[in-house]
Amino acid sequence: MAFNIIVLAKQVPDTRNVGKDAMKADGTVNRAALPAIFNPEDLNALEQALQIKDRHPGSKITLLTMGPGRAAEILREGLFRGADDGVLLTDRAFAGADTLATSYALSMAVRKLADYDLIISGRQAIDGDTAQVGPQIAEKLGIPQITYAEAIEEVAPGHIRVKRRLEHGVEVVECPLPAVITVNSSAATCRPRNAKLLQQYKHAKTITERQVEHIDYIDIYSSRPYLNLTEWSVADVDADPQQCGLSGSPTKVKKIENVVFQAKESKQLSGSDAEIDDMMRELIENHTIG
Amino acid sequence: MNNIFVYLEIEEGRVAEVSQELLTKGRSLATQLNCRLEAIAAAAQTEGVAEQVFPYGVDRLHIFRDDRLSPYTTLPHTSILVELFKQEQPQICLMGATIIGRDLGPRVSSALGSGLTADCTSLEIGDHEEKKAGKVYENLLYQIRPAFGGNIVAWIINPDHRPQMATVREGVMKKEILDPYYKGEVVEHQVADFVSEEDYVVAIIDRHIEKSKVNIKNAPIIVSGGYGVGSKENFDLLYQLADVLGAEVGASRAAVDAGYAGHERQIGQTGVTVRPKLYIACGISGQIQHIAGMQESSLIISINNDPNAPINTIADYVITGDIETVIPKMIKYYRKNTK
Repeated sequence: MAFNIIVLAKQVPDTRNVGKDAMKADGTVNRAALPAIFNPEDLNALEQALQIKDRHPGSKITLLTMGPGRAAEILREGLFRGADDGVLLTDRAFAGADTLATSYALSMAVRKLADYDLIISGRQAIDGDTAQVGPQIAEKLGIPQITYAEAIEEVAPGHIRVKRRLEHGVEVVECPLPAVITVNSSAATCRPRNAKLLQQYKHAKTITERQVEHIDYIDIYSSRPYLNLTEWSVADVDADPQQCGLSGSPTKVKKIENVVFQAKESKQLSGSDAEIDDMMRELIENHTIG
Repeated sequence: MNNIFVYLEIEEGRVAEVSQELLTKGRSLATQLNCRLEAIAAAAQTEGVAEQVFPYGVDRLHIFRDDRLSPYTTLPHTSILVELFKQEQPQICLMGATIIGRDLGPRVSSALGSGLTADCTSLEIGDHEEKKAGKVYENLLYQIRPAFGGNIVAWIINPDHRPQMATVREGVMKKEILDPYYKGEVVEHQVADFVSEEDYVVAIIDRHIEKSKVNIKNAPIIVSGGYGVGSKENFDLLYQLADVLGAEVGASRAAVDAGYAGHERQIGQTGVTVRPKLYIACGISGQIQHIAGMQESSLIISINNDPNAPINTIADYVITGDIETVIPKMIKYYRKNTK
């Protein structure tokens, strides 16, 4: 039994490594200084899909992402690791989307893909940490969701069993297919790139990338159709532009603040024995410790 | 109509801490907005919930009792909230940023087409002027949260859609009894009017819940480590100091992501918020998302070999040095000078 699996992924700025050069003098974030990466938990999601494909040969994994043109990078990354196909949802009309407008757009793309048994995504993206898009897509498609998944234990026709990682324990749940599964970072890490697939897919491009890069060896894209990464606009997925991007977003950002901490008068210590001893004596005397 | 609703998380008849904290916040918002505070209890066991929540100033408690509502599964709870909100038209809905709240909130918000802001660290009421449209919105909920990995703080509003929904992590708001004799009204609903049989398609076939052994939320002293600690082995030093001081060990998100400590120890916006009397930050640079979870500590010591670590600005003692040299000195002095 083979399954059609859609993996949702997002290209994100690597907010985990915001160094000093990533902060501008005025305290705002210099996004350009941050590398764009495959959202970590979406890689955990991809691995779950790849494991299903290992167990059920003939299964097909389609990677779906929404973002600007350069987000095609993560589609290639997914192909290098074993995904079968990549779809980039990109349009100026998607800009400024909150989670609701994002899930609307992605759900329309999923409807266009039509034939799917399972949708898997990471629990949340590291640039927003909201964990909302997975459940919202499930709602828009009218199918069940299983969040905080650690392992997909079994997939059978019309049926899935998943282990969830909760705050203080685990839960094993079963539900009918199709369903949306969101995967935690505690799940298996994603396998590395496969050298053969890297060779096979390194020229996989979206139509826009081919135009921008003036790639003149167009022949290969007709002789090797798997190198064509699908690119869809608002119109391609029959989405209502009013429900996309900024206009489709109920939440608005009123303002962004750079936090200025309430600075205290700090005692500066060098770490010498005498200074540490003095500090510890003060803490013991005022009953903070001891 | 147009009241504030708090979704209660209930485990074996007990209302979760985070829900009690949200009732306290909900009460103060309701008083400010001159509306009522309402709570929703959907569980197998709802006896005694009224007595637990009325002292927080709940005006109306909606009860949905059915054996199949516990343990929580997404679809029945979603149907209850969606249908109830269609009838009641709340202006604000608050829920815990727990595994349940973060599973339920987005599903409900999607069904209602309303906005939802996750992991708020502050909720305030204020106005908003839409200059282009020449429109002024009064008494909106400002949903304030660190964003972009905790490097900035965003103020989110929801001008045109209701309810304004927000999730808040446990420990961020403080719970406070309003009046032990406060009495609200109880409304018992027929679950079958809200939930269809198809909503029960997800079956829980096994469940192991353990009481957490780590209790950083209520620890009076916390020794906390960041990415700068360098390794899991170096974290042992923190455990040694914690052991001597009778403290708990906490960690920043970076340290947890690096595998130095478990998720249950994570302090900050995406972890636990703490207010100990002493917070010893070891090798923590101090991203906003971390500071949001510990800045109300009474006394803060920062040990860091970077004298310009942002956390130093809020520390009472700044020790510039390596934890490998500083911590053993602290342990040595303490052992020598206490009983």
